[in-house]
Amino acid sequence: MIRKTVSNVSEALAGVQDGMTFMLGGFGLCGIPEKAIEELVRLGIKDITCISNNAGVDDFGLGLLLQKRQIKKMISSYVGENDEFERQMLSGELEVELTPQGTLAEKCRAAQGGFPAFFTPAGYGTEVAEGKETREFNGKMYVLEEAFKADFSFVKAWKGDEAGNLIFKGTARNFNPVMCGAAKITVAEVEELVPAGSLDPNQIHVPGIFVQRIFKGEGYEKRIEQRTVRKRN
Amino acid sequence: MRKESNNEPYEKEIKMLDKNGIAKRIAKEVKDGYYVNLGIGIPTLVANFVRDDISVEFQSENGVLGMGPFPFEGEEDADIINAGKQTITTLPGASFFDSATSFSMIRGKHVDLTILGAMEVAENGDIANWKIPGKMVKGMGGAMDLVSSAEDIIVAMMHTNRAGESKLLKRCTLPLTGVKCVKKIVTNLAVLEIGPEGFILLERAPGVSVEEIKQATEGTLIVSGDIPEMKLD
Repeated sequence: MIRKTVSNVSEALAGVQDGMTFMLGGFGLCGIPEKAIEELVRLGIKDITCISNNAGVDDFGLGLLLQKRQIKKMISSYVGENDEFERQMLSGELEVELTPQGTLAEKCRAAQGGFPAFFTPAGYGTEVAEGKETREFNGKMYVLEEAFKADFSFVKAWKGDEAGNLIFKGTARNFNPVMCGAAKITVAEVEELVPAGSLDPNQIHVPGIFVQRIFKGEGYEKRIEQRTVRKRN
Repeated sequence: MRKESNNEPYEKEIKMLDKNGIAKRIAKEVKDGYYVNLGIGIPTLVANFVRDDISVEFQSENGVLGMGPFPFEGEEDADIINAGKQTITTLPGASFFDSATSFSMIRGKHVDLTILGAMEVAENGDIANWKIPGKMVKGMGGAMDLVSSAEDIIVAMMHTNRAGESKLLKRCTLPLTGVKCVKKIVTNLAVLEIGPEGFILLERAPGVSVEEIKQATEGTLIVSGDIPEMKLD
């Protein structure tokens, strides 16, 4: 067994520097690497390029890094829940590259799987395709999209073991699995860290080979963005 | 006991559908055995009106198939949300998956029907729904992937915007989400189909005249023969 455990978040983030590109898992606030984000705020790392489907809300998730002006560029598919983000983007303080959600996921998976690029129909004929190669296959037009290149991936899983194997819960899985192994170093934070051999190998979502460092995060807030309920009859 | 015709005058007064009315009409397009992706807003309401004697599974692109209703109060789970970031439940037979797998379902045409909102639709099937330059940029989320691949796309929207201007145009004025992809449109006034020469009027909302629909449609409207009223039940 190759051990991936580190003792805490600061050890997990050793080597992060200004100007780096980070991938961050999560959809909305669901399944975001809360502890890695807190540590990036504490370290005051600047000029970050973030690859993340969303940008958090004003006072949580990536919104915390936006408040401190630590982000230079965001690569996302949807940023509608964050007023500070919209302000910084419209005023030109923040560089933004909006990417279709499926393309964003596939650019991660391509990086993970060793593909330099792929063709997708998403965005053909729109400003997303401007300056990109397009090609026809079987009578339909496609856009050439390139794999991401990133320094660190920060992901959050439900359970993990010492070997770096990960299991996710519910829709907190989202972008996390495809970001594992898609950057030079993948840092996984988990709610529950167990000894190797405790997880059933049949149930592993992400094999440990894609993870370089794993640690147990303490005190997850797991904030709900839209609490919707129904009444009992 | 059968009600007498004293509610007839009320029915005659119904002009234009509300959001639930639009959702109700679209629900009739959902067929037995369909996998359906519902966008945010009016499309989400469609799930409430699908007949309960057919088998349908709702997909949410953040990574769940077999979406159920909102949870009972106190049973919300931060790890189980839909693409609108709302807390949800799952039904028997449901599954969770990562974002790349989710868009394989969409791009690979495994999802049968996509229902989404729009700011503008053009008579050639172009759609715009993600950006108002200089004013509002929320991002395309999964919309570009969905519209570029879906076999069947229904747009749910109001016929006119808040300023009273038509949203059914000759050409879209806003940045496009996809080209020549919309098949059908259900608005508060009408059901229309995209044909080779423009919007083909199929049905009128209860109490709405063809003339009123013409007035509210900037693009080419093709009216042939008697146009029936929508049946909602």
